Amino acid sequence: MDLKFTREEEAFAADVRAFLADRLPARLAEKVRTGRHLTKADMEEWHAILNERGWLANHWPKQYGGPGWNAVQKFIFENECALAHAPRIVPFGVNMLGPVLIKYGSEAQKQRWLPRILDGSDWWCQGYSEPGAGSDLASVKTTAVRGSDAQGDHYIVNGQKTWTTLGQHANMIFCLVRTDRDAKKQEGISFLLVDMRSPGVDVRPIITLDGEHEVNEVFFTDVRVPAENLVGEENKGWTCAKYLLTYERTNIAGVGFSAAALERLKKTAAKVRKNGRPLSEDPYFAARLARVEIDLENMKTTNLRVVAAVAGGGVPGAESSMLKIRGTEIRQEISSLMRRAMGPYAQPFVAEALEEGFENAPVGPAEAASAAVQYFNNRKLSIFGGSNEIQRNIISKMILGL
Amino acid sequence: MNFQHTDDRRMLADSLNRFVAEQYVFETRDRVAKSPEGYSPDLWRQFADLGVIGALFREDDGGFAGGGFDITVVFEALGRGLVVEPFLGTVLAGSAIAHAGSPAQKAMLAEIIGGTRIAAFAHDEPEAHHELTHVQTRARRAGGQWVLDGVKAVVQHGEQADVFVVSARTAGAVDDDAGVSLFLVPAETPGLSLRGYPNVDGGRAAELTLVGVTLAPDALLGAEGAGSATIEHSVGKGVLALCAEAVGAMDVAKDATLEYLRTRKQFGVPIGSFQALQHRMADLLVEIEQARSAVINAAAALDADRVTRERALSAAKVTIGRIGTLAAEECIQLHGGIGMTWELPLAHYAKRLVMIDHQLGDEDHHLARFISLGWK
Repeated sequence: MDLKFTREEEAFAADVRAFLADRLPARLAEKVRTGRHLTKADMEEWHAILNERGWLANHWPKQYGGPGWNAVQKFIFENECALAHAPRIVPFGVNMLGPVLIKYGSEAQKQRWLPRILDGSDWWCQGYSEPGAGSDLASVKTTAVRGSDAQGDHYIVNGQKTWTTLGQHANMIFCLVRTDRDAKKQEGISFLLVDMRSPGVDVRPIITLDGEHEVNEVFFTDVRVPAENLVGEENKGWTCAKYLLTYERTNIAGVGFSAAALERLKKTAAKVRKNGRPLSEDPYFAARLARVEIDLENMKTTNLRVVAAVAGGGVPGAESSMLKIRGTEIRQEISSLMRRAMGPYAQPFVAEALEEGFENAPVGPAEAASAAVQYFNNRKLSIFGGSNEIQRNIISKMILGL
Repeated sequence: MNFQHTDDRRMLADSLNRFVAEQYVFETRDRVAKSPEGYSPDLWRQFADLGVIGALFREDDGGFAGGGFDITVVFEALGRGLVVEPFLGTVLAGSAIAHAGSPAQKAMLAEIIGGTRIAAFAHDEPEAHHELTHVQTRARRAGGQWVLDGVKAVVQHGEQADVFVVSARTAGAVDDDAGVSLFLVPAETPGLSLRGYPNVDGGRAAELTLVGVTLAPDALLGAEGAGSATIEHSVGKGVLALCAEAVGAMDVAKDATLEYLRTRKQFGVPIGSFQALQHRMADLLVEIEQARSAVINAAAALDADRVTRERALSAAKVTIGRIGTLAAEECIQLHGGIGMTWELPLAHYAKRLVMIDHQLGDEDHHLARFISLGWK
């Protein structure tokens, strides 16, 4: 039993830190640290820096341009990036579609799409959820009907996707579509790649409760998709979907994000005054802070136990559900304490303060600009990626055998 | 990074788990826990022969292991069997002797490890409420001797102890860190009296009253007035032991509850098919894994610098206090009426889990302590 990283792992972590110190633009780290919004160009800039080092597609095997890291290395990389306030890697192309193509795609699909993910030629988004298919994902209704004409084999897609994160930036979307309406729920689904510039695709913003435009609705009206864009077999798309949902979720607890946020919270609590004394000395606030710190210390070890099991050849199955539930609760609690630490200054909502180029003095403490919006935004953590209730269902079935 | 135990520890765990499963079956445990002795001299000797006591001490002190993970491996197994033998007192008193004892005093460790002498830790007092430095018992010098007066609270296996490690104030105010001294007090010393009683979770403890207890100079354990460091050291090991015991007990309580959810039928179906119960059980599982991690963190920190070590120990006790009680309450609730009965082993696991929060500092005490140990 040894909680310390090995000398090789420590050396690897030092490499990652050195890279981040050298190449992570301070402007981007400061935006992430203070919770300001990243532009499309910001995200592309960071992707390009990582790609240049060969670390963008860190889940991919070497032959496709990944670094060939093991589970521990991936964990260390993601953890160090979070602690350095690096922008999050936009996951849809690199972490979601990439592994699916590598496992289920044809040789032609791999050669065509994988390099374009790496060099940023394509910005992918995810077409999974629908208005009637949230937690019950297999009830997707968007249809794809196969046909053939002078221009070749194709599908005609009709329907609606929703909660499409950063879809406003995307030129490509991978979709779950129904190709057999008579088959049993999971069996008539296919995995299809759609060019969003095709006629009939319409993207409309959804503004979330924090005022942000992060997610979208995507409408498909008689959209023509070449048949070669089908991944895997027709009607077997659920296999791809499941693989994507369970693939490499050892970082789902987000302990790096929590550690970075907790550090910022502690500094803030030591600075903010309550009745002339630091808020961190208020016994009730200090107790909540201590509890979440203890929970996080425990979660780091729980997370490493799962990572070690995976590195030892295990598969992160339902354990990732445990990480997701507790990890997201911890992240939510930290952002809740940050909001509370602002006192009345959590209320002023100066939206411009979160954008680039805002030069005015903040209203209240500098942290106040993003405290409430981040708290509200973080409510999503226990809803997306399989709500925490769905994760409890998975634990009941897969681990408890109930 | 490696979460596997060494081969030695795995073998220790295997043989201890087997022994407990075979020899410490619930009927035996129930009998021992209710017995006038509050432990089984016969089984205690067998534990000693198995080397279980020796595993709790370092080689220099006559044992053969004594690391943080040795303590957790042993106590997790003891927790699984709800063992009521005097292990905790042995860790507390034995660690104090090992930490502060003179060579002559340490000679006693061989008998403690051999199971032929029972040592008890008499430190808590009626008004201390978990505060380690709150010592009202006084020790004064009189004619070259030490004379002790005071009361010690809830001394585990007090009636069965051959020797007590007693804390007493030789200087300073009631709550001072400095000025606390430790003494080795043989059970037959005149002026020492006991009021024994059973514990709600099995086994026995005693109130210890010292009136003019006169001791030779060599009864002083460690330097005069410097006992607090030794107390913190011993209690730290005791905290780790209790936390590991709780994890073992939680695992058994969880498994028993799962089995019940699978087999108990209401409305024509197993009650485990109800989502309301599934989600409670899933949450409990997550919490128990967090508790297991807390114990790993604490065991790994046992040889670290003081703040790192004590923060990890208090973090573990906070975690165990909350989750142990949750596990007890949830497992009773998920069992329904049958969970309220004496005949069901689960009820005894629940009682033990809750009572662990009352030993060596509860959740609130350790939360305050974690905070006072400062920002890391």
